[in-house]
Amino acid sequence: MPTLWLVIALLALSALGFVLGRQRAMQSAGGDTRALHSLPIYYGLNVGLTALLPALAVLLVWLFAQPMFIENQISDMIPAELIPENSTRDLVMSDVRRVAAGLDLAVEQGALTETAAANLRAELTDVRARLGEIGVALGSDVRPEVLDAAQEYRKMTATGNTVMTIVVALLALGGLAVSYARTHKDYRARNVVEQGVLALLILAASLAILTTVGIVLSMLFETMNFFSLHQWVDFFFGTTWAPNFRGDSELSILPLLWGTLYISFIALLVAVPVGLFAAIYLSEYASNTTRSIAKPLLEILAGIPTIVYGLFALLTVGPLLAGMFAKGGLLGVEWMAGATSVLTAGVVMGIMLIPFVSSLSDDIINAVPQTMRDGSLGLGATRSETVRQVVLPAALPGIVGAVLLAASRAIGETMIVVMGAGAIAKFSLNPLESMTTITTRIVSQLTGDTDFASPETLVAFALGLTLFVLTLGLNVLALYIVRKYREQYE
Amino acid sequence: MNDMTFVERTVDTRQTKIAAKNVQVYYGETHAIKDVNVEIEDKTVTAFIGPSGCGKSTFLRCLNRMNDTIDICRVQGDILLDGEDIYDKRVDPVQLRAKVGMVFQKPNPFPKSIYDNVAYGPRIHGLAKNKAELDEIVEKSLRRGAIWDEVKDRLDAPGTGLSGGQQQRLCIARAVATEPEVLLMDEPCSALDPIATAQVEELIDDLRQRYSVVIVTHSMQQAARVSQKTAFFHLGNLVEFGETGQIFTNPEDPRTESYITGRIG
Ligand SMILES: Nc1ncnc2c1ncn2[C@@H]1O[C@H](COP(=O)(O)OP(=O)(O)OP(=O)(O)O)[C@@H](O)[C@H]1O
Ligand SMILES: [Mg+2]
Repeated sequence: MPTLWLVIALLALSALGFVLGRQRAMQSAGGDTRALHSLPIYYGLNVGLTALLPALAVLLVWLFAQPMFIENQISDMIPAELIPENSTRDLVMSDVRRVAAGLDLAVEQGALTETAAANLRAELTDVRARLGEIGVALGSDVRPEVLDAAQEYRKMTATGNTVMTIVVALLALGGLAVSYARTHKDYRARNVVEQGVLALLILAASLAILTTVGIVLSMLFETMNFFSLHQWVDFFFGTTWAPNFRGDSELSILPLLWGTLYISFIALLVAVPVGLFAAIYLSEYASNTTRSIAKPLLEILAGIPTIVYGLFALLTVGPLLAGMFAKGGLLGVEWMAGATSVLTAGVVMGIMLIPFVSSLSDDIINAVPQTMRDGSLGLGATRSETVRQVVLPAALPGIVGAVLLAASRAIGETMIVVMGAGAIAKFSLNPLESMTTITTRIVSQLTGDTDFASPETLVAFALGLTLFVLTLGLNVLALYIVRKYREQYE
Repeated sequence: MNDMTFVERTVDTRQTKIAAKNVQVYYGETHAIKDVNVEIEDKTVTAFIGPSGCGKSTFLRCLNRMNDTIDICRVQGDILLDGEDIYDKRVDPVQLRAKVGMVFQKPNPFPKSIYDNVAYGPRIHGLAKNKAELDEIVEKSLRRGAIWDEVKDRLDAPGTGLSGGQQQRLCIARAVATEPEVLLMDEPCSALDPIATAQVEELIDDLRQRYSVVIVTHSMQQAARVSQKTAFFHLGNLVEFGETGQIFTNPEDPRTESYITGRIG
């Protein structure tokens, strides 16, 4: 845990800097805070943060970069002819890492001395057995070149850690010294701290954006792998989804897209009218007391985990529909084969979306100025005339935005579909048949024994990327519409 | 106050259109209108004057039950329109508001075209038999609102795109289009330039031929110019009510005198 100690030392140094900076500033002003350019706390913060932040940043980058760098070096050390027939460089490298970690553990537990660990020879010792004794299980005997690489790995890591500690410590001390020397009653500590705060905020914002970019890039990469193994024509324009592991799978997105859109459509058919009418009632008709009770109740629905909705679909709605439409049901027809169907999933998903639609629409309807309603009521219009002819037209763009947001949630929903809609990919207009969606197929392609080189697995990334593009497009459209609407009343 | 000219006053006794008796209004705990008695005559312009926050708008909104839309507002006492209590359970506030129209303090055009804004009331109440009649009502109302010339070429443009003063005149046209018997106007000229103000005052004078008009105003000159009766409110009380000439030349209450001569406000 040397890194943890390093961080603690940094924090302590920074705290010390804070106290010193304050003191020095007070001294230079002769104890009179009014003579200072900034409040004393800013001088303290300036010294403390200058000592802490650059050192911390370098530490973080170092921690990420060092293993990557070392692995590259070691990987280059292993000659290609030493990699066994049925293996890859990656597998050998993971062996190397395990052996190195095992040796570290052995030293830590005292099973080996540092020198003994460094001088282990695969020809003389059964490394696998030695490591097995302390609980590190290896898949095969350790070959000499792997052990050598592992030793090299440990050596480089140790050197790296030492250098890192020195650099970070120097940086922290240097920051402390420079900012301490600068502290003077005329020094604009407040402005410098302000810039520091700004930098911190920008860092946080760019982290969030960079992560998104990273996610998209990794998906893009795997998707490209997929398209190098599978024809894109079949993926986008084929009509059958039939994965198998014999190598002649038909992997077409269209049946899945159809299921996704069909279920989402039914969900919106349930959620939009109910949610919108609920919102109109709450914002236009309900008294304050009713609203204060009904609104939180409605919003509780939004807090229920989707898996619970899935159970509801599986245990209640599905059997209920089956009891009506399946063989031996109330209606005496045989339209439904089992409890899972598009309708089951769609209805339950619609229920899930009701609070989403209603609370968004409620906000939007409330944003329509009261004077607009007064104008209409003052002309002798009834409340529903006012809602229909003045309030809703004024709120329409916002409501459309809310519906699009709800649609993108419906498209991305997984649990309810897994439990309510079944797993059969097909084109059908009958809402009482089982169907499946993009999200559930992604899950099923990636669970179980997976081999990340086959198109049957990689298709999950292509599906995911398509889904991402779809919902992103919907969200952008929705936000655009909502924003356009906001401008009207500013 | 010497520059004020008074409208020639007809002496014949006019009928009472609205009679308010012992009206009290509360916003929650706040007592906003205290025991107000007033008689608003038919075919007369009545001006409400008084310092800001004294309850002019509140009282005006009682006259067509617009206060119903405010949850915390309670109205007590009797308000009779043509002898009928408008707060009676049998009275439909929607019907009442068609008869007692209102122009609000802040212009509030609907997010619709200029044409649809004016046609809104006539459409709701079925005042036009066909499109041609509706066109006629819209044009007549816009002319009376003194805005026809400015908008006649862009009746399809959104009403919200007009300037503040134009919006206010549009709202006046919209209120006039439903042919109310009483028109309540809450500071209708506060956003208008002198020319438009003169046009609106002309309209008010014209409306007086057929309806009764109640106007809230902060301009003494305007009250003197357009009204026959004036009511002075102060801190929720109706301090003085009488012939406009009487109020401005010879007020009975010292508070009225201080207000119109600019000492309180
Ligand atoms: N919706 C409301 N809720 C609570 N109190 C209100 C409300 N509307 C008005 N009031 C209060 O009632 C009193 C009278 O307000 P009102 O709007 O009638 O004044 P006003 O005479 O029209 O003033 P101004 O000339 O500024 O328009 C004020 O004290 C105000 O604070
Ligand atoms: Mg007012």
